[in-house]
Amino acid sequence: MAKASKKKEIKTVVTKSSAGMDTLAAVRPDVVDYDDEEDLNETITSEEEEEDGDDERKRQKLLEAISALGSKRKTKLGERSEASVQMSEFTVKADGEGDRVDLSDLIGTMEKTSAVPAKARKQLKNLQRRNNTIECPLTKQQSERIQRDVAFQKAATQVTRWKSIIKQNQRAEQLVFPLNQEPPGPKPMERVVSGWKAQTPLEQEIFAVLSANKQPINDPILTPAEEASMRAMSLEEAKIRRAELQKARALQSYYEAKARRERKIKSKKYHKVQNKAKRKDLLKQFDEMVQTDPAAALEELNKIELARMQERMSLKHQNSGKWAKSKAIMAKYDDGARKAMQQQLEVNKELTQKLVTSLNNEEEEEEKDAGDAEQLPDLVPDAEHGLDSLNPWMTGKLSEEPTEKEKSEPMDLTAAGPGNTVEEEEEEETEEEALLREFDSRRKLRQAQETDAAPLTSVDDEEDEAAAAEDPDASDKEEEELTQFTSLFRGIADGRQEAEAEKAEADASAQLEEDVTRIRTLEDMELLCQEESTSGEAAAPPPDTENLPTQQAGKKRKRGIELNQVLTKKTQVIQVPLTPTMEDTEDSDGKLDQRGLIREAFAGDDVVSDFLKDKRKQEDAGKPKVLDLTLPGWGEWGGTSLKPSRSKRRRFKIKAAPPPPRKDQHLPSVIMSEKRNSSISLHQVSSLPFPFESHAQFESTIRSPLGRTWNTERTVRKISKPRVVTQLGAIIEPMAREELMKQAAAGKTSVVDSWRIKQ
Amino acid sequence: MASPNVEALSVTHVEKKKKPPARYWDGPNDGNKEGKDGEQTEQKEQQTQRATKRKQSEDQADGKDVLSGKPDPFPGPAPIPEDRLQKFKRKEKTKKPRRQNYKLKDMIARSEETSEMAQKQAARLDLLLPEDAGFLEGDEDEDTCTISQEDIADSVDISSGTKYFNLKLSQFGPYRADYSKTGRQLLLGGRRGHVACIDWQSKQLMCEINVMETVNDVKWLHSEAMYAVAQKKWLYIYDCNGIELHCIRKFNDVLRMQFLPYHFLLATASATGFLQYLDVSVGKEVAAICTKGGRLDVMCQNPHNAVVHLGHSNGTVTLWSPNQKEALVKMLCHQGGVRSVAVDKTGTYMVTSGMDKKLKVYDVRAFKVLKSYFLPAGASCLSLSQRGLLSAATGDIVQVYRDVWSTPVTKPYMAHRVQRTVWGMHFCPFEDVLGVGHGDGFTSMLIPGAGEPNFDSLDANPYRSTKQRQEWEVKALLEKIQPELISLDPTELSRVDRATFDMKHQDRVQALGFDPLAKEKFIPRYKKKGRSSAGNVERRKRKVAHEDLREDIQKSAEDKKKIEKERKQSEEKKAVLSSQKSALDRFKK
Repeated sequence: MAKASKKKEIKTVVTKSSAGMDTLAAVRPDVVDYDDEEDLNETITSEEEEEDGDDERKRQKLLEAISALGSKRKTKLGERSEASVQMSEFTVKADGEGDRVDLSDLIGTMEKTSAVPAKARKQLKNLQRRNNTIECPLTKQQSERIQRDVAFQKAATQVTRWKSIIKQNQRAEQLVFPLNQEPPGPKPMERVVSGWKAQTPLEQEIFAVLSANKQPINDPILTPAEEASMRAMSLEEAKIRRAELQKARALQSYYEAKARRERKIKSKKYHKVQNKAKRKDLLKQFDEMVQTDPAAALEELNKIELARMQERMSLKHQNSGKWAKSKAIMAKYDDGARKAMQQQLEVNKELTQKLVTSLNNEEEEEEKDAGDAEQLPDLVPDAEHGLDSLNPWMTGKLSEEPTEKEKSEPMDLTAAGPGNTVEEEEEEETEEEALLREFDSRRKLRQAQETDAAPLTSVDDEEDEAAAAEDPDASDKEEEELTQFTSLFRGIADGRQEAEAEKAEADASAQLEEDVTRIRTLEDMELLCQEESTSGEAAAPPPDTENLPTQQAGKKRKRGIELNQVLTKKTQVIQVPLTPTMEDTEDSDGKLDQRGLIREAFAGDDVVSDFLKDKRKQEDAGKPKVLDLTLPGWGEWGGTSLKPSRSKRRRFKIKAAPPPPRKDQHLPSVIMSEKRNSSISLHQVSSLPFPFESHAQFESTIRSPLGRTWNTERTVRKISKPRVVTQLGAIIEPMAREELMKQAAAGKTSVVDSWRIKQ
Repeated sequence: MASPNVEALSVTHVEKKKKPPARYWDGPNDGNKEGKDGEQTEQKEQQTQRATKRKQSEDQADGKDVLSGKPDPFPGPAPIPEDRLQKFKRKEKTKKPRRQNYKLKDMIARSEETSEMAQKQAARLDLLLPEDAGFLEGDEDEDTCTISQEDIADSVDISSGTKYFNLKLSQFGPYRADYSKTGRQLLLGGRRGHVACIDWQSKQLMCEINVMETVNDVKWLHSEAMYAVAQKKWLYIYDCNGIELHCIRKFNDVLRMQFLPYHFLLATASATGFLQYLDVSVGKEVAAICTKGGRLDVMCQNPHNAVVHLGHSNGTVTLWSPNQKEALVKMLCHQGGVRSVAVDKTGTYMVTSGMDKKLKVYDVRAFKVLKSYFLPAGASCLSLSQRGLLSAATGDIVQVYRDVWSTPVTKPYMAHRVQRTVWGMHFCPFEDVLGVGHGDGFTSMLIPGAGEPNFDSLDANPYRSTKQRQEWEVKALLEKIQPELISLDPTELSRVDRATFDMKHQDRVQALGFDPLAKEKFIPRYKKKGRSSAGNVERRKRKVAHEDLREDIQKSAEDKKKIEKERKQSEEKKAVLSSQKSALDRFKK
């Protein structure tokens, strides 16, 4: 402010000086005089003030008189020294011109006056100390603009409060003016009842009972007791619930954070230890579970089994991974690497081995009891019994008892050819012996499997490599596998078996293209063989009877020429002869002789061909014509007997786009007119109306009829409700502010209601 | 309440054991008349009841109680059986797209709501149609077709028994018959000129005349006050007192007639091969179509979409509407000529019989054969009842079949022998009666389960008074459907016209008779002083032509530029969008 005021001061000075100049210009002869006086003014002392003032006044008067003579100047403003009605701001004596007015000058007196409170004094002091200048005020336009902005925003907020209600009214299905009137029609019971009071003694009694039992009187939705309870409960419960939720969330976040932290730990040793501990824990738990909760244990077992299967499938701990390979190279020179490899292989073994639990053992024993008589000799390879699962390598249990079903099949007997005699001998053996023998055989077979494992892995590797290759390659691979297996089993199997196996192999290779199942064992192959035979039997006959005609029909249709045969065949097939129900057939019909019958039978031939001709004609008429723009003689010789060359004709032929498919494309005995029905288009909606985005939307909105013929009275009334209803003679006033309040209240209540419903 | 699709028909036919309709005096427990669906709904209800009970018990445990102390055993509105809802369903709902402006959303939601409400209300009010159709059922090892009409007439109640009768009119023989829309009046037209209309239930003769000419066909018009008679040369219209109202000279040699009740159109098929439509409300010929199909003596209408079916001697059946000069559909049905055609009330099935002695059932919506039967002597006349019974006449034997379209039929449901060859057959609406006109007069047969038991009194009320009839007439005239709206698909009107601009323009040109968008030809003004010499005129013409050409070229060039610009812009946009530079971009030139 100080700065600004200063500026103003300067300005006033300038203006004053200019005014002075004017006066100078007006009164030339006085110039010197004036100057003198200025000088005088400077030198004048306080004693001479009065005299000087007198002179001044005189001079002023003179000047005024002169100026009044010369121009139409308005009355001069009076000097400040005298009390006058109109005071000039320019005639202030610029005594301390050029000097700054300091705050201290103004508040110098403050120190002396005790009336000023200490607080104000302090503030003023602070002000005094601060030296930075204050920015100049904004221009008038700017400040006005800001004011306008603010005012607009204020108004806008006020207006936007109406927005929701306006929108609601716009969207309302029906508006009844004047607004806020009671809806016509029957009022709900409660509203009617609320205004009514019990008068008769009976009524009073009833109401007394009701109120005593806290039964609802007006609103049957909630009793007062309920409401009270709800009110009482709501807050506390909500708080408790909120706290619970908060706690749960916090716990979860802690847990997550912990997990994240742990996962980020890179130390392998830490993880190793951790995993080991975990595994141990799991095992312990499992052991406990076996005792306490066998069902859960079984489930767990299944889970483990699944993990094992996944492990087998992924071959994660095999020596095929990148890490494993690198280790394998290093293993020669590095003991640690070798150890690591071995460890991994162990893990692999562990994971791929079937867990044998007490539960399983029990089951096995049961099975064994059942099939004790039909024990197989040691020689029989376990792979043959992996019937239940497609992949025999998946079964960790190495020797499995053949099921009853297998026995019944004659093929199996051939497969187990040499063992049969031994089997019969061993029937008398005791259970213990059987058990012992079983373990023995298991051990043996495990060894055998381990030997198997080497080629298997190699094969697997190969497969992995060839995963991207084509199907036939894969099938080749599989065949290779098969040959391997056959060589393995050849020692055991008979020559007859071999022959069978080879046959099956051939079959299987054929089957491989279509079937996903892998064939690994002889038994599987045999099964396949059976399937083949059965499926072949089932599938073979139909092509003879049904497939051929349909294929023919398809061909015919494609060509679209000889439709007539298809047509007649079709009808003949469907034909159901009606049994002559009564003996009272027409005597006139009886007269029809053989010849007539034949004539009738063949009467249709030309009918059909005529129809087909007609159809073809229509089809051709619908096709767009090829435009031939060839001109003879351009670029070649022309003449009466000369035709333009073919290449030229082809170049100038313009083919039109093929027409859209006909409606009767797939109906050989129907011709449908493709002409547009233009008469109905006058009544149809020609373009999609505004808010709709697709034809389907619009069409669905007009899908149900509106009239009384198709609808009940209530529906008709609802459908034909007018958009705006005004009461005759009623004044429609603009919405009052109360409307807004009501709106807000309604919103609140609705929220409360919804909350209540949720409760 | 006209139901949109009365396909419940076939269901009722399949169901063998029909319970009698529930009466209020039967007691409340006897409520198992609804059949399977009803049972299902009952089960549902029980379930819901159980659920509600559980809820209520819970509520009670909470201390909540209802005013009366007893819980409402049937809370909420009564459930509507699903099948009944299905009956009144109209098309599928639209899927709501995700992004919508609120206006559209509101609109769709509102329309869905109303249509759902309409459907539910209609289904609810379907309760008010309690009558059910029944069928004749024989004892074990007894064919229903062996039961004679006399036996039936004896065993039914007296009023129904009187509905079996014979009129012996051997003099003016063979007769065509037609029932009015309400089924009260019967119109008989003898070939030798005898025309009679009878209130057949009371056996009251309304009028009887002899037109002294060959009568080819007779047909009631919209009400029982008027009927049309196709005589030897012209078409005549008489009133119910036998007074000749009109002789329509535009319609000659009419052989067969069909009346389209909601369009007030009388469709006639003539011996000259013309199919003509007469608007009986204004007496104007709407359309005359030369079918080029020879003599047209086989005709029927599809009540669903008012399309006329004509049978021809070359084994084809053609479908016609007055709006198109060519057949809508032409289907080859028989190897010989077509003898008779009938279409069922729902417009789903068409039954044809031909000279090849076959009886074929078509699905007219898909134009495909459903069933093909071989009748030993072929059928000369076919008629379908409101509930889907088919009557076929072979010579003098009238056979009635049930369910010809869903299950393969091996023997007729009923059979009856009349005196002489059957000439015309017609099922009576809302009655279990089949009227057979033959060479020896007229026979009214009792066919249980033929007629629709529930009638819509606003549409066709058999018991209406004169006053009601008059009112109905006015309303029907006000609600008359214009002939332009006849098309194969009656819902086409509710579809948006998706015709291209060219198509519309073509239509406009056809309607106006000239092309409004065509450029007028330049004719050079005649100039004097020899400036209109042939060469000069030609030059001027060429000048104008050149200018036109230039304009065209300029325009096309501008268009091209514009297109190019747009393309560039779009490309730029794309480039900006895909300006995330990849490492390989530096190698691009």
